[in-house]
Amino acid sequence: MHAGIIFLLVIIGSVLFHIFTPWYWTDIASNWGGMDDTITLTFWVGGGVFVAVCLFMIYCVFKYQHKEERRAEYKPEDKKLEKILTWATTLGVCALLAPGLIIWNQYVNVPKNAIEVDVMAWQWGWQYRLPGADGKLGTTQVRNIADNNPFGINPDDPFGKDDIMVESDVINLENNRPVKILLRSVDVLHNWYVPQFRAKMDAVPGTVTFYWFEPNKVGEYEVLCAEYCGVGHYAMRGGVEVQDKADYEVWLSEQETFEQLSARYEKLNVGGNKLAKK
Amino acid sequence: MSDEYDNNKSYQAQSSEVMDGSAGSVNPDIDYVRPAEVGEQDLYHGHSFIEKWVFCQDAKVIGVQYFLTAVFTGIVGLILSWLMRLQLGFPGLAGFMTAEHYYQFVTMHGMIMVVYFLTALFLGGFGNYLIPLMVGARDMVFPYVNMLSFWMFFVAVAVLMASFFVPGGPTGAGWTLYPPQTILEGTPGSGMGILLMLISLSLFVIGFTMGGLNYMITILQARTRGMTLMRMPLTVWGIFTATVLAMLAFPALLVSAIMMTLDKVLQTSFFMPTILKAGEVLEYGGGSPILFQHLFWFFGHPEVYIVALPAFGIVSDLISVHARKNIFGYRMMVWAIVGIGGLSFFVWAHHMYVSGMNPWFGFFFATTTLIIAVPTAMKVYNWILTLWRGNIRINTVMLWCLGFIVTFVNGGITGIFLGNVSVDVPLSDTYFVIAHFHMVMGIAPLMVIMGAVYHWFPLVAGKMLHEGLGKWHFWITFLGAYSIYFPMHYLGFIGVPRRYFEMYDSPYMTSAVGMNEFISIAAFIVGAAQFILVFNIIKTLKTGKKAEQNPWKANSLEWYTSTVPPEHGNFGERLPVVHRWPYDFSVPGAKDDFIPQTTAPSEVIHTEVEKT
Repeated sequence: MHAGIIFLLVIIGSVLFHIFTPWYWTDIASNWGGMDDTITLTFWVGGGVFVAVCLFMIYCVFKYQHKEERRAEYKPEDKKLEKILTWATTLGVCALLAPGLIIWNQYVNVPKNAIEVDVMAWQWGWQYRLPGADGKLGTTQVRNIADNNPFGINPDDPFGKDDIMVESDVINLENNRPVKILLRSVDVLHNWYVPQFRAKMDAVPGTVTFYWFEPNKVGEYEVLCAEYCGVGHYAMRGGVEVQDKADYEVWLSEQETFEQLSARYEKLNVGGNKLAKK
Repeated sequence: MSDEYDNNKSYQAQSSEVMDGSAGSVNPDIDYVRPAEVGEQDLYHGHSFIEKWVFCQDAKVIGVQYFLTAVFTGIVGLILSWLMRLQLGFPGLAGFMTAEHYYQFVTMHGMIMVVYFLTALFLGGFGNYLIPLMVGARDMVFPYVNMLSFWMFFVAVAVLMASFFVPGGPTGAGWTLYPPQTILEGTPGSGMGILLMLISLSLFVIGFTMGGLNYMITILQARTRGMTLMRMPLTVWGIFTATVLAMLAFPALLVSAIMMTLDKVLQTSFFMPTILKAGEVLEYGGGSPILFQHLFWFFGHPEVYIVALPAFGIVSDLISVHARKNIFGYRMMVWAIVGIGGLSFFVWAHHMYVSGMNPWFGFFFATTTLIIAVPTAMKVYNWILTLWRGNIRINTVMLWCLGFIVTFVNGGITGIFLGNVSVDVPLSDTYFVIAHFHMVMGIAPLMVIMGAVYHWFPLVAGKMLHEGLGKWHFWITFLGAYSIYFPMHYLGFIGVPRRYFEMYDSPYMTSAVGMNEFISIAAFIVGAAQFILVFNIIKTLKTGKKAEQNPWKANSLEWYTSTVPPEHGNFGERLPVVHRWPYDFSVPGAKDDFIPQTTAPSEVIHTEVEKT
């Protein structure tokens, strides 16, 4: 008897924990509210199934405890019942899958007006580059990286000249404007993740990956690395500052372009591809 | 067709001699069982202590050897988990704990528990012990290879453990061993540690292939007379399907281990792109880190089911025996096991939604992943429908089964979150994932292992484990493990990433301090509670109650051996002949509430047993 009661308390406790938990997601600050909604839906459907299955099990434990004189029912199969359960489950699964796929479709299709941001990861930090007046980022190569070319921009690429180098591990973004994050890494795997934006994607050396979101709350956010990248993984932080258009324009005008940076290095006469091999 | 007919005729005479006393009106054909197609296997009986207990060819001894070696690795994995929880709950308390150590413990804990503990225990341990007994064979078909399989596993474990003692320590790359970081400086154990890990994994795969071929061929070729595939206990079905998965999935692990070894030793670039480290461009170029992830998860996802399917099978048998009721929907259960096994090869990239692979894969893998939920749900329904209108013994074995249902359904539901591609985006790489897979492939299979230990211990040792201690063991483990992993999901909702050595410098992480302390304390208690079982086993072996033959009144063949514990050769003079499935419990009209598989139809002629 006590076994059934303890199991019942576990289920009641789980439901109460879910209702009263102080630990829940951070206030969302991007367009991906649909992800939260799908999680909530899955909680209702999945949680309902969990509670129903467990309560049925507990009912059986109470009701059909062993008695020497009693016999269990002998019924190897019940085709009709099995069929009903199969179809009901299939329907439930479809109901959960559909919103998941719809939102994924939005996730992989980046809006045309999104501003591209080059997020370059290394052990263990982040640096950022924005397109200049031409709206296009210059192409890059790991082998080009040097003190006077921190992003490895191909020197012959005309689109690269006006690219904006952000001399900070904090990137500023314009509120309510979609951002396409272009991720790359010079060494190992990383993942640029802001919990409040919900979205994330790995940065993989040797290729450029992407995702997009639209920040919709002005404020400062912390960037975490969400893919294990070696011993400094837990300390690999960065930042995002979401600003209104006017503030953002001011910040943008204060940043240096690739051309200006190259010129500065030439003036200091410490330029040259110190790192790249001949 | 005609051959079969002739056979029928010629064996009528033979079968009638079995039915001796039954009524003359009975059709003499009803007890007919096709004769054996091949002769009996010659067994090599050991003559010395070494041949009987060390280099032994008896699958039962090999099973126990596998079991004990796996349990040893499991205890190492448990201690590592304590050290991790010590750091997460009470950072700074253990002075020796550096980030390097933490990541090494995380990695070794994961790899040990998944491969060297769970896989070896279910297939090497239970598989070896139970397959020949349950299908009515005298031993595995290749006993010598079977022995080599265990010793290869033993060497793999030795190499793995040796990596704790090499310069630089064991690898700290995470159990997924993702390149490029795995073999680069900046990751602990990127020298000798990772090499030993790759060698150990390769040895494991080789040893495991030897065992796996044995399990498959024994089940396909060495079943006793009358043991049709659809009369096999679900335990055998689970282990069989898992073995087929292992034979197809482990090669992917082996080739990726070989390729990574080449990348490490010979500077090939299978997985290594151009890399800039500490201002130097390394000698690599053109490789693909994502290729490794595809190979790894092509192994890694079936691996989940290599652990889960034997657990599904075993728990079905335990529930049926102790609820005194046939497993509900046997055929559905078999097809669900086979279907899940097949589907498990088409879902691997759901581990990689945010890995940077082509995002369009997401649609395909989310769909296949959620399809797998349907046969899995059917199995859950059938377990609880087996309890329904049963006659349930609430003993230790049943408690573990009930604990399995709760934790497995819980972990299965959270799997639907993570499989559903866009829901995975905020949750992947957070503590939600940790909570999910520990619940579903850590705790749930562990519940089954424990239930199986209490269930089959009387067969293996001939003595009954103490029920009271067993119940304490269960309740502490179940309640403790549930309170570790249920709240942990909510850390994931906050957004706390996994594999963080320290985590209290961000506002939403600080809110988790109390929970982390609580989880750690629960983990210490649950770990310690496992020694109740060790104590119980030692106590039982010394002073325990002698088990009668077939103490649970089960039907399957392992309980009908000539001696308890069964000797080498299992069944004495004559192999058993099977007339029915192993689930004829509480058949209306029968004297007892169980009819063994060996009972001929003519002996139970007045019962309403359905033909199986």
